[in-house]
Amino acid sequence: MNKKSFGSRVVAAPYIVWAAIFIIVPLLIMAYFAFTDANGVFSLENFTQIGRFKKAFGLSIFYAIIATIITLLLSYPMAYYMTKLKISSQRMIMMLIMLPMWMNFLIRTYSWITILANTGLINKFLDFLGIGRLQLINTPGAVILGMVYDFIPYMILPIYTAMSKIDNSLLEAASDLGSNSLSRIRRVIMPLSLPGVISGITMVFVPSVSTFYISQKLGGNKDMLIGDAIEYLFNTGPHYYNIASTLSLILMILILICTLIMNRFSDDEEAVVV
Amino acid sequence: MENQKNIIELKDIFVSFGEEKVLDGLNLSIHDKEFITLLGPSGCGKTTTLRIIGGFLDADCGEVVFEDKIINGVPSYKRQVNTIFQRYALFPHLNVYENVAFGLRVKKLKENEIKDIVTDMLHLVNLDGFEKRSISTLSGGQQQRVAIARAIANKPKVLLLDEPLAALDLKLRKDMQKELRRIQRQLGITFVFVTHDQEEALTMSDRVVVMNKGKIQQIGTPQDIYNEPQNAFVADFIGESNILDGVMKKDYVAEFSGHIFDCLDKGFDENESVDVVVRPEDVDIVSVDKGMLKGTVTSVDFLGVHYEIIVDIGGFKWMIQTTDECFVGDNVGLYIEPDAIHIMKKSEYSGLYGDYSTYSEEMDHLSDIEPEDDDE
Repeated sequence: MNKKSFGSRVVAAPYIVWAAIFIIVPLLIMAYFAFTDANGVFSLENFTQIGRFKKAFGLSIFYAIIATIITLLLSYPMAYYMTKLKISSQRMIMMLIMLPMWMNFLIRTYSWITILANTGLINKFLDFLGIGRLQLINTPGAVILGMVYDFIPYMILPIYTAMSKIDNSLLEAASDLGSNSLSRIRRVIMPLSLPGVISGITMVFVPSVSTFYISQKLGGNKDMLIGDAIEYLFNTGPHYYNIASTLSLILMILILICTLIMNRFSDDEEAVVV
Repeated sequence: MENQKNIIELKDIFVSFGEEKVLDGLNLSIHDKEFITLLGPSGCGKTTTLRIIGGFLDADCGEVVFEDKIINGVPSYKRQVNTIFQRYALFPHLNVYENVAFGLRVKKLKENEIKDIVTDMLHLVNLDGFEKRSISTLSGGQQQRVAIARAIANKPKVLLLDEPLAALDLKLRKDMQKELRRIQRQLGITFVFVTHDQEEALTMSDRVVVMNKGKIQQIGTPQDIYNEPQNAFVADFIGESNILDGVMKKDYVAEFSGHIFDCLDKGFDENESVDVVVRPEDVDIVSVDKGMLKGTVTSVDFLGVHYEIIVDIGGFKWMIQTTDECFVGDNVGLYIEPDAIHIMKKSEYSGLYGDYSTYSEEMDHLSDIEPEDDDE
């Protein structure tokens, strides 16, 4: 660490400058606002206010947990199925999974409105069948659907990567030792893909818990999530910056704790994030 | 040998991967409790044969018979055979104990039974006290032993070994050869061993199956294979050989290199052309006037135990191993006893091997290092 060559310093310099300007400085600014009042005087008053946002915190965590579980349940079999295909088909499916990620997240969320709206695609179809419309948009279900849809690639990719690293000879060895296909999944594939699962859970849970926008557009602003609360406060005016920063700080610490707990579960020495 | 019970029979096995024929009408009977070795160069089909017995690969046609029952299509987890894989395939997420216990847990044995068996197995492979170690902390030789313990913990009737020693260094390999023999005798189960190392095959096996191009070239005891090779391929692949064109004048008399020799072979047609094998260690160097053949020494290598010299006789380069010192340029005579001459029928391999004019040590070593094999 301490004996870096001049060359490697030069190469690393832009990154360090970048990290300082866009990560460290904003964090310090955020901390400054969190620990001061509207006049810039040191104060812990903001922290006494957060009780008002208990519900938003609880709801965010609850939605994020539900979304993460659904994402995991969908992604794991998908990733397993992918590893069984020909390499060319695997690449094809990867492309299809990545494709929506190239589009803006806001546009993707917006497109769900046209599908779920009261006069949207699904309801038009139900009308056509004579079943009658369903309330789809502006429900908690729609919010969770939005989260699952937006973040599922972050679950599939690390699990798929972990699974495709499993040497086929290990599966043959398990079979040789009497394991049928179910037993092979339970005894070999599941434990060896665990690092990918942990990574996927972290990568879906973190953006889900801090998401805003999705709940506004698909949830109809009925239940405010913590991300929405922060956005709302910042948009309302400068005298709310302090309380908004405090909420951000607490959210960040919560996420940090969750990540640390998740990393505990994987005994893999390698970096978990793919 | 004849009345021995067959535990496995392969009948008319054909396998091809795309255009490439990997096994071409293979017939093989494996006796109960024997140590049999499938020997051959890369791509000869030996690993494929093993995978068919193990149930990892289906033959395109032909029958696989295990204890008089046809087992084509029976999945590997239902077969009473266990395999030691080329790169061991130990489970990295389990420690030594759990690796060995894997098959026992699948069978849902009681915890105390599992403990007894695992302890016994680790003792058998000299790994007492390694129970809690993680796989990644073990050396290659230790991993090898865990792989053996894991396979035999399931009490298989047949153990399949796919080049298990290829990744070990020479000294360790020699030790493991003895160790495997000991374990095989102690357990009294059938071992089917795959290797491309002819020395390993000769030292360890009860019987050796020499394979090339998806076909069996010869089956026999190590002595048979070495002393009575069936064709030029076997003679060349096993040890060093001078292989010459010859003519069988009549029983017990052969002509080659322009000289008539007495030999111990019979049963050929009169004046039938044949391949003649003379092992380099069976040729005596004598003075020119006493020699049956006369030639010039073109190369001398000192190998410690003996000299390896190349003698040019009428354009054919003989390899001779001798303890007598010679020098390049010497004119020498060769003397060959009747029992040093082995006569073979002509085959598709005639004329391909056995002349040392293009011989180089380096080439020989290069062709030895090919642990990768013909699977997939």
